[in-house]
Amino acid sequence: MAVLVDNNTRLICQGITGSAGGFHSGQMLAYGTNLVAGVTPGKGGQVWTSPDGHEVPVYNTVQEAKDATQANASVIFVPPPFAADAICEAADAGIPLVITITEGIPATDMVWAWRYLSDRGSRMIGPNCPGIITPGQCKIGIMPGHIHKPGRIGVVSRSGTLTYEAVGQLTALGLGQSTCIGIGGDPIIGTNHTDALKLFNEDPETDAVVMIGEIGGTAEEAACAWAADHMTKPIVGFIAGATAPPGRRMGHAGAIISGGQGTAEAKYEAMQAAGIHIVRSPAGMGHKIQEILGL
Amino acid sequence: MKLHEYQAKALLARHGVTVPPGTAAHNVDDAVAAAEAFGGSFWVVKAQVHAGGRGKGRFAEVESPDVLARVVRGEADVPGKGGVQLCRSLDEVRAAAACMLGNTLVTKQTGIEGVVVKTVLVTTGADIASELYAAVLLDRSNSRILLMASSEGGTEIEEVAEHNPEAIVKVWADPITGLGAWQCRQLAYQLGLEGKTARAAAKMFRALYDTYLAIDASMVEINPLIITPEGGVVALDAKITIDSNAEYRQKEIASWYDASEDDPTEVEAASYHLNFIKLDGNIGCMVNGAGLAMATMDIIQQYGESPANFLDVGGGARTDQVKAAIKIITSDPDVRGILVNIFGGIMKCDVIAQGVIQAVAEVGLELPLVVRLAGTNVEEGKRLLRESGLSIIPADSMADAAEKVVAAVRAESSAGAK
Repeated sequence: MAVLVDNNTRLICQGITGSAGGFHSGQMLAYGTNLVAGVTPGKGGQVWTSPDGHEVPVYNTVQEAKDATQANASVIFVPPPFAADAICEAADAGIPLVITITEGIPATDMVWAWRYLSDRGSRMIGPNCPGIITPGQCKIGIMPGHIHKPGRIGVVSRSGTLTYEAVGQLTALGLGQSTCIGIGGDPIIGTNHTDALKLFNEDPETDAVVMIGEIGGTAEEAACAWAADHMTKPIVGFIAGATAPPGRRMGHAGAIISGGQGTAEAKYEAMQAAGIHIVRSPAGMGHKIQEILGL
Repeated sequence: MKLHEYQAKALLARHGVTVPPGTAAHNVDDAVAAAEAFGGSFWVVKAQVHAGGRGKGRFAEVESPDVLARVVRGEADVPGKGGVQLCRSLDEVRAAAACMLGNTLVTKQTGIEGVVVKTVLVTTGADIASELYAAVLLDRSNSRILLMASSEGGTEIEEVAEHNPEAIVKVWADPITGLGAWQCRQLAYQLGLEGKTARAAAKMFRALYDTYLAIDASMVEINPLIITPEGGVVALDAKITIDSNAEYRQKEIASWYDASEDDPTEVEAASYHLNFIKLDGNIGCMVNGAGLAMATMDIIQQYGESPANFLDVGGGARTDQVKAAIKIITSDPDVRGILVNIFGGIMKCDVIAQGVIQAVAEVGLELPLVVRLAGTNVEEGKRLLRESGLSIIPADSMADAAEKVVAAVRAESSAGAK
């Protein structure tokens, strides 16, 4: 497989009967994702039908859905006040991969949800993320499937549309992607840059990685420290927010420079020290991959 | 969302933190009456603004531009009266309140434009034996709530972290068990406190953590946390920021929101659910997604000009939001050109194109406008722009867009110079 998701992924959608959950369930099915069940408390027993006629059974609980369908991943479109609870429900049911798209979950909720997930051994992607896609096999989340192309470049990013930008550049150059992971822009996230690099490093179907960071926090620096000692594949790195003023939250809750920490410059320095091929222009991510792979 | 000191102290007191007696006043008479009611002969009058550096701040109506410029540069020993004044008589309280209320306080953090003081906090003066620092915040590196304290109160924590990191002590709360009493004691003893003062400090630390959770804070900072000569532990100042994601369940606190402290354009943008931040440059940007918006700002800089704003129209922007965004950008007199950069995912390029066309029809277009569309329904979006008859400059990539908007802005300014 590529990374985390492929043809064998059997997906549940928590919140399938909501407007966002329903719309994107239709899009995921149309892409070919194996969406096997939906969960909405109170709507168990109903059948949800996508615009192109796919029928998906709805269950009251994740446990029931998993028992009935042997699902091994869940995508969460539950509104922010209930999202942390939904994450814990998925983890408790033994779903190994939980992708949380919901934006705006209170940070204190994520503190306990994160702890609960860690105890159960489930991996989470997100929250506040576009999701994960292995092109041609499985799309989980809200990214536009048609810009992707199957191939051997991994992409990891905190941002949604900036990930699309990177993918668009790669595809335009004929460079397909093994898997693209949008890890999310919140201060507390499940899978971080380091985790994603580890996965790509071990994946025989990935040759190189595009790593897109943002100002704020020190997660990119931690990933660079790991990569310096362990990464055997080339990485192209870009950090968004070099022009952002300190102390202002730039859209994402996590994107804030505070106390001199989290600047783009510090992150670029860490990347260079780790041997990552940095690009200072967001327009140059695809070309840099092409250049270092000699394609 | 930031709280004023008097609001923060009211919340802290509710959860067991000792704060000095204080009353918020909106006019001079109320301020004097508050001081009189407290009795004694020593009071502190404090301007209630969100910006830090109040004590070293100066009032725009009182001081010369030179003095204000020195304040903004962060110079020490600037002459004049600041936003925190110690008063030894009721007349001094009256003078302090009159100096502050209705006037514009300029601090290092507000910038030269300053912020108008609408409220003062009148508190009784406190005797200080020593000053500590304490804060509760989220540690992103391990996704846990961190209680941090330092024996160097009164100094900014960033400064302590740089010059004397050993003075900072930390404990992390396990989300399942909460912050342990032993952790609070440990912190107190590590700060060198003893006896009943250590016990009072430990109790205070726990109360700070309880406050943080109860009000969905993203930061609670007490600087200084003072030890009185009697061994009491008192929060002399308080800064609290509330997690904006939790405002829906903190209705009382959310109702305290004071739009007058924020940039009016940012407030207007927020009413359209647009994420907007005013910057100093000359190229307005409208982008979907925070990361792409930052990257667009960065690439404008690389082509030699600078962004006038950060503007994220979000993932599913509607036509009216796009119109509002264009209007907000063009209302900035510094803007010389506009760059629209949209990577359509859920958001369809044709919808964006329609919004841009309608906005231009309504507000007129006197500035160069470069539009880069990519992703879902891109061809349809490009066709709409092309056939609109408007003088929109199309671009194929981010680099192309940045190059074109910078070139257009420079062409205009050199034409203007002739």
